[in-house]
Parts: sequence; structure tokens; C-alpha cells
Amino acid sequence: MINFTNRAGFNLKGRHRAEQRFQWAGRLAILISLLFLALMFATILRDGSGVIRQTQIAVTVDLGADAVDPQDIASASFDKILKSGLRDRFPEVTTRKGKKKLYNLVSSEGGFEIKRAIVADPTLLGGAQTLWLTASDDLDLLIKGKVDTTLPEKQRRISDTEIAWATELQEAGQIRRVFNRGFFTSGDSREPEIAGILSAFVGSLLTLSICFLLSFPIGIAAAIYLEEFAPKNRISDLIEVNINNLAAVPSIVFGLLGLAIFLGYMGLPRSSPLVGGLVLALMTLPTIIIAARASLRSVPPSFKEAALALGATPVQAVFHHVMPVAMPGMLTGTIVGMAQALGETAPLLMIGMVAFIVDVPQSILEPATALPVQIFLWADAPERAFTEKTAAAIIVLLTFLIAMNLVAILLRRKLEQRF
Amino acid sequence: MADQMLHITNTGRSKWRDRLVIFLMAAAAGTAILVTGGIVLSLVFETLRFFEKIPVSEFLFGLNWDPQTAIRSDQVGAEGSFGAIPLINGTLLVSAIAMIVATPLGLASAIYLSEYASKRARDWIKPALEILAGIPTVVYGFFAALTVAPFIRMTGGQFGLEIASESALAAGAVMGMMIVPLISSLSDDVINAVPQSLRDASLGLGATQSETIRRVILPAALPGIAGSLLLATSRAIGETMIVLMAAGLAAQMTLNPLDAVTSITVQIVTLLTGDQEFDSAKTLSAFALGLLLFVLTLCLNVVALHIVKKYREQYD
Repeated sequence: MINFTNRAGFNLKGRHRAEQRFQWAGRLAILISLLFLALMFATILRDGSGVIRQTQIAVTVDLGADAVDPQDIASASFDKILKSGLRDRFPEVTTRKGKKKLYNLVSSEGGFEIKRAIVADPTLLGGAQTLWLTASDDLDLLIKGKVDTTLPEKQRRISDTEIAWATELQEAGQIRRVFNRGFFTSGDSREPEIAGILSAFVGSLLTLSICFLLSFPIGIAAAIYLEEFAPKNRISDLIEVNINNLAAVPSIVFGLLGLAIFLGYMGLPRSSPLVGGLVLALMTLPTIIIAARASLRSVPPSFKEAALALGATPVQAVFHHVMPVAMPGMLTGTIVGMAQALGETAPLLMIGMVAFIVDVPQSILEPATALPVQIFLWADAPERAFTEKTAAAIIVLLTFLIAMNLVAILLRRKLEQRF
Repeated sequence: MADQMLHITNTGRSKWRDRLVIFLMAAAAGTAILVTGGIVLSLVFETLRFFEKIPVSEFLFGLNWDPQTAIRSDQVGAEGSFGAIPLINGTLLVSAIAMIVATPLGLASAIYLSEYASKRARDWIKPALEILAGIPTVVYGFFAALTVAPFIRMTGGQFGLEIASESALAAGAVMGMMIVPLISSLSDDVINAVPQSLRDASLGLGATQSETIRRVILPAALPGIAGSLLLATSRAIGETMIVLMAAGLAAQMTLNPLDAVTSITVQIVTLLTGDQEFDSAKTLSAFALGLLLFVLTLCLNVVALHIVKKYREQYD
């Protein structure tokens, strides 16, 4: 007996130290996960926040009648006008190579920008004008301080001459940074300084609308049936197991299904938001059904019983009395499912939504891309300036996801208050 | 009054309407079966066509993955080789790294949250961890490729190691972080389901809290935890974007986490994006890989869901 007591007290200090170590292991694990999250957000914010401001460069161009015919603006060569304007600014540049570098200060879309400015304001014609044009991605990175100028000249994309030009322009006040509207109002482009997210954003919106219109009614109906009406037999058991397993099927398999059935068998248009929405709807259906069932189950049975006792049919009891109470929960599940669908990339790659889309899609049958796919495409692009665009697109995507989840959380709070 | 009388006597019509509504809802529930059927049929059908061109044994046991597009139809070796073993190797390597990262972190967080954390801390930490699960995988892929992979490469360089700019380690580690909340929330549920009486008994006999957890609660919760780990593994095997962006495309037989590897999912994407003829062995092989992936994850899921469900019933 004494021996036993001794054993209980044996090495008590060591046991308490072990207790402390164990607790700290748990704290450390949580800390590591949250630190990783913070690090990831910080990196993306650091890389992407620069997109808000874009570098512009002032170029004086000759828009006299010799260069642009006021009757026929389209026939003028705006690239030529731009190039001669740049040569006039730096007359000391004479070599072919030097001129090429000089032209590279302005985005290759510079000519179009001059044309657009003239179309918007024809009074510009008739003489020399100073216009603010979008700078090239290399100059933009330099001005933003994202080029390591201490590296040997050969290891960077921008040479000492160009840096000297940039400094000269900056001192003359001919370089400015403005709010980058283009990023939000234009589509994709091969040129990083012109590329925007609008086409991908609209593509995502169309795809998500299709997904919602299909998965919400079907999901809710299926959940109500399974929870309230289905006879307890092997078929409903099978459906139950089936739905739980579908929720865990890799998303890329849904992409293969879409490719084989919607594109191959039914011949729906490739790359279209319609097919994308269909595939995502099938994918989110299990999520919605599972959440909606849980929500229906949480409604006290007395609600239904009271309605039945007063003479309502089972359908009336469920639709008039159970469903309104369960609605916030079902909506929460739907929003979570939609958020999942918004971030999904792999199945959309399968059905061809990886096309290079400049124009904003006008209908659900036109080729389109989606925000996460655009992120993937930009992340893959070799130009360094696309890194900034990628991170900025991620910020936009995450903003939407956070907004959706906030709505879901608020709805859940509301639900909790009821009981 | 007359209105209500009418309503009650009018049951004949509303009975039919109710039946119609119930039928429509049953049809909606049936779509779930339809989707599974569609997946299985489309995968099996295309896979059978693939096996008409390439023998099953080559696909399942071949050690070389090198699908070619024939430039001319009579070209020598026009079909390329379709041995899936290097892909399975790559998939399992990345998943194993992910699980090595995620298991201790996920389990330790779950134990801390369910046994030690105050309710206030729990209310903050749990949603914060859930954020990790809600971030799109393409974001993880971007982070893995642009930040983690160069970091690993640089660190390795200081120890004189040559590391490819794309490595299984970068993809696996980031994927592991993505899976942490999955493991922690499932295990949390499981640990919470262990009856309080077991805890009280152990503490009452003089065990410290950590001894109770290690010797009583964890053994009791083990089946459920195993189930949650299986579900997480299945998630890792089916993950596409992180591996696609950070682990490379090189199909090779290697167990070195610092090498570039490729996975089943990545090959499905690369085979099916871009221009392709629909009936070539190359295109069809993607469906065979899809079937392989589906069967693999389905087995894991069925076993895992069964274990988790069994376990819940045990203590209910």
C-alpha cells in the first residue's frame, strides 16, 4: 500500500513538466498554422498592392495634319507618331538598338492610346500635344522600386541607359503614377501593363449564376425530400452514402465528367460559362444538400407536428412551417458552396475555360474564363510584371470570398439567436 | 368560415399537388445518383476505349510515362508510353509529405482546442484555422511556386544542395498546411465525442491532463482519428492546382522530396488542355487516369466515412 502511494508521487515534477510540454506543443501547432496564414496574406498583399497605381509617361507627339488626317483618323500610323515623339524627347539616341530601347519605355499599346485620346477629344488634332501614356511593364517595375539596380546590368531586364532616361524623365516631372483603372475595366492582354481582370470577373459571375440557379433549387429540394419525405429503405440509404461520397470526390473528376458528357456527348459550347456553371453545380450540390439537411434537422419537430395537428398536409407543414425556420441555415450552406465554386480552378481547366479572353463575355454561350483560372494563367506567364497582377487578382478573389463568408457567418448568428 | 370549409373538403386536388411536389423533390434527390452514374459511366466508357489501344498491364505496371502526340500517323513510337507507376509514385510522394506536415499540426491543434483552450480562445482560433480551408487552391499554388519553392531552393543552396526550382517538398508542405484545418476540425469532433466519464475516471485516479489525453482519450478516439486522416489523404491525392503550379511536370521514379515530380491530377490537366484530337490514346489516357484517381479516392472515402460513422454510433 505504501509502495503504491510512492508510485503515485514518483517523479511528480517530471510529470508536470511533461504536461507543460504537451500543452506547448498544442499552442505551437496552432501558432505555426496561423503564422503560415499571416505570412501568405502578407506576401500576397506586398506583391499585389502595387497594382493600385500605374506609371504613366508624358510624351509630346505631333498631331498636325501631316501626321493625322482629321477626315480619316483610322488611317494614321499612331505607332510612328509615338516613336517620333520619343525620338524628339531624346534626340541624342541614334543607334537602332538605342531607339528600340527608347520605344520600350512606353507600352506597346501606346499607339492605340493616342488614337483613343483623339477619338474621345478631336480638338487635340492640329498641333503638338503632350499626352500621358501607359508606361511599359519594365519601366513600371523600375519606378515602383521592384528592380534591383545593384545587380550587374546583364542580369536585369532594364539597362543603365534606360535607368538614366527614367531618372531624367522623373526629374522633369514627365513620369507620374495614377490610379490603375484599367486593371478593373479591361480584359486580359499579352502585355502585363494593359492586362485587367474584367473579362475574368464577368466570366466568374456568369458561371456562378448558372451554378446557383441549378444547385440551389435542386439541392434544397433534394434535402427536403431526404429529410422529411423519403421512406427509410435501401434506396434512400444508397442516396445518403452516395451524397457523402460525392462531396469527397476530387474536383478534377467533375471536370472529366463535364468534358465527356456536356462537351463530348451533348455538344455544348466549349469554354462557355454554361458548361462551367453546370460542372460547378454538380460539384456544389452535395455541399448544399448536406448543409440543408443539417439545418432541417435542427428545426424542432413540434413545429411540424403542430401544423399537422391543425390539418395541414405534410407538404404544407414542411413548406409553410419547417422551411422558413430552416432557411437561414440552408442559405448559409449555399453561400459556403458558392464560395467553394468561386475558388475552384481544376474542373474549369478541363472544359477549356483557359482560353485567352480579351473581350468581356456577353452571354453564357461565349468563350470565357474565370477569376481563379486567370490567376493560374498569369502565375504561369514568364513576364515578371504579371506576378503583381496575379497577386492583385488573388486579393480581388479573396475579397469576394471573405465577403461571402461574412454573410454566411452573419446568417448563422441570426439562426442561433432564434433558438 | 366558408373558405376554410372549402379548403378542408378540397383535399382531392391538393393531394395530387402534394404528390407532384414530392415526386419532383424525389427526382432532385435522384440527381445525386445520376451524377455518380454519369461519372462512372463516362470514365469507364472512355477508359475501355483507351485499353483498346494500350494494354491494361502496360498502364498499370509500366514504369515509363511519356505520352506523345503523333506528328505523322505512321511515325515509330507514335503512341508513346503510358505506364502510370511514375505518376502514382509522384502523387503518393507529395501526399505523404503533406500528411507528414499536416498530421502533427492538425492533431496537436485539435487536442489543444478541445481539451485545453478556453471557450473564448476556441471561438477565435477555430474560425481563423478554418480560413486556411476556405482559401482557393490556386492561391496556395501561387504561394508555393513563388515564395516557398525559391525559399527551399535558397536554403538548400546554403547547404550545398542542388534543388530544382519546382520540388515535391514545396508542393507537399504547402498542401499540408491546407489540410491542417480538415484534420483538426474532424479530429476535434471525434475527441469531443469521447464521453466525459472516461476523462473524469482517469483524472480521478490521479493522472495529469496530458496523461489522460495520451493514454485514455486518444486510444478511445483512435478509429475516428484514423478516419479523419484517411479523408485528408484522399483530399491530398485529389489535389490538382498546388501540384500543377509547384511540383513540375517531370514524370520520374523518385522518393527524393527535393526532385520535381508530377501527379495523376497534373497529368490529367496537361493531357486535356490545349489542342487535342479527341480519340487519340493521349487524350483517352486522361480518362483512364481519372478512373484510377476516382477508384483510389473512393476506396479511401468509403473506408474513412464508414469508420467515422461507426465510431460516432459507438458513443452515441
